[in-house]
Amino acid sequence: MQLRNYILRRLLLLIPVILGVLVLVFIISYVIPADPARAWAGPRARPEQVEALRERYHLNDPFYLQIYYYLKSLILHFDLGLSATTGRPVLTDLKAFFPATFELAFCALLLAVFIGIPLGVISALKRNKVIDHFSRIVALAGVSTPLFWSALILQFFFYYKLGWLPAFGRSMVDIHRYTGFILLDSILNWNWSAFGDASIRLILPSVTLAFYTMGYLMRITRGSMLEVLESEYVVTAKAKGLPQRVVIYRHALKNAIIPPITVLGVNFGWLLAGTVLLETIFAWPGMGRYAAGSIVQVDLPAVVGYTLVVAIVMILSNLAVDIFYSIIDPRIRVGGKAR
Amino acid sequence: MRLPEGFPFTSRYRILKKRLHPITKEFGLTLYVLRKSTLAVVGAFLVTSFIFLAIFGSLLAPYDPYDVKIEERFIVPSKAHWFGTDKLGRDVLSRMMWGARYSIRAGLVVLALAVPTGVILGGIAGLFGGWRDEVIMRFTDVFLAFPSLILAMSFSAALGPSLFNAMIALSIVWWPMYTRLIRGQALSVRETAYVEAARSRGASNWYLVRRHILPNCLSPILVTLTLDMGWIITATAALSFLGFGAQPPIPEWGRMVSDGRIFMLQAWWVSVCPGLGIVMTVLGFNLLGDGIRDALDPKLRRVTEVKWKQRTFS
Repeated sequence: MQLRNYILRRLLLLIPVILGVLVLVFIISYVIPADPARAWAGPRARPEQVEALRERYHLNDPFYLQIYYYLKSLILHFDLGLSATTGRPVLTDLKAFFPATFELAFCALLLAVFIGIPLGVISALKRNKVIDHFSRIVALAGVSTPLFWSALILQFFFYYKLGWLPAFGRSMVDIHRYTGFILLDSILNWNWSAFGDASIRLILPSVTLAFYTMGYLMRITRGSMLEVLESEYVVTAKAKGLPQRVVIYRHALKNAIIPPITVLGVNFGWLLAGTVLLETIFAWPGMGRYAAGSIVQVDLPAVVGYTLVVAIVMILSNLAVDIFYSIIDPRIRVGGKAR
Repeated sequence: MRLPEGFPFTSRYRILKKRLHPITKEFGLTLYVLRKSTLAVVGAFLVTSFIFLAIFGSLLAPYDPYDVKIEERFIVPSKAHWFGTDKLGRDVLSRMMWGARYSIRAGLVVLALAVPTGVILGGIAGLFGGWRDEVIMRFTDVFLAFPSLILAMSFSAALGPSLFNAMIALSIVWWPMYTRLIRGQALSVRETAYVEAARSRGASNWYLVRRHILPNCLSPILVTLTLDMGWIITATAALSFLGFGAQPPIPEWGRMVSDGRIFMLQAWWVSVCPGLGIVMTVLGFNLLGDGIRDALDPKLRRVTEVKWKQRTFS
């Protein structure tokens, strides 16, 4: 009950933040010297045609009225406007591109979580041993290497030099699309060669994308695990003669896992931002490339639409993290008063 | 200023010394802890050499970074050209030496704009609370909910792509993190007994900020600043890589990576070397930041303090 109220409250909080995001984007678009009507009308349009478009899309109005019209069509018709670069409604574009990006970011997140957190735990348990040094070096390399550069290097080695992995594009196999997520669709189609192709193409981009987050998670996990291992209740548990396994899993890990999970929500946002760079380099047909392209083309409806989607995803992932807290740590009761 | 008689040994001086913040008071200790850690020393070395390059790189560069010699394009790294030459026959090493200044300038400008904004807004939000807190934090939330790279890209696009505008765009993206950090610190300091004591003594808000809140925020800010330098350098390079930052022929490192990208197969060094430069710099700032964090960590400090005292006072 309490949890439901909390989720509802958080979802309501979405509204002002999204309004704010909208206002911000509209302010940016207002100062951009480019004229969207000209982009929509095409290069050979007559001035009166451009003017008519400008009138039709309320481009001569002040920006608070433009926001009003935008919101009105968004709420009444679920319409995000027309993209000048693709010539399709922005919502259709985003629907087409979202699965590719989500698949990439989610795979990267899984990789980062399932490598970064265990590595951090092992590193803390074997402090100053070889494995600790090794994983700390890997983590440092992860947080210090710019994404666009590691993407180029990995492409160079695994595609050009070794020829092991494909470096460009998403799987294009012809299967029935239930969801748009190729991995999921190929399982639903029971088509394992399609699944194999899709996952092989995912390897390079998702590993590159995961590299930073993995290093970051590993560092945070290691730090918090070290702190917990020195705490009194762990010492007590050890002194009681509990087996090491129990001490680590029951006592230490459950407490040490909180900080890395806290940053997960933020990290997912970084992953989404990272896709902008990665999709450009790996020719991945996702939202990030779409957004980068539309910024270059000053395709404002597309930029606004993309920003809205990402803002919503980011807020939802932070919410998911907060809910996950209360599952893992009974002391944290969401929505309740902090003790 | 006339020094009091018997200056360093007057009681006034001793009081003055006591009033200094622990970080400054025990600066020697901090340095000592820092020196004890090999990684921090490596980090400090990398950062120092980067700063050195940024200041003197243009004087030391063996070639002119803008000198186009088409007939000397794509020379393999050799004795004459340590990092080879790029598609226009320009010496990659010289360009990198000139380019260091752009990265460091970006880092400094972004921090100089973002940190004061964050400190002021976060300070107000944390100290006064109430509606000011609500307004500022909701405003901050909006910026935080925005995908930062996209926000920076659109600001950059709005202002026109150039290195300067990329810096402005990054500062617009960066301040919310400091607002959050300072607000959190201010909130926790506000509740402490010594602030309550000062308040009951009739201390003004400004006094509290100056004497209690800012000094207590100093160590987290210092750590974040160091780590953020690396971040900002990467972000500037990423913006330049996408074409929203430095424009050719400026030898900004991210731009150089992007310029060499299509020639990866024939001339890997054009992209790889500037990229390595970014990695080394960011690594340096990360190592130094970690070192500073450990050096300011009271728990780790206590252990080393004993040794330090034995060494200094024996």
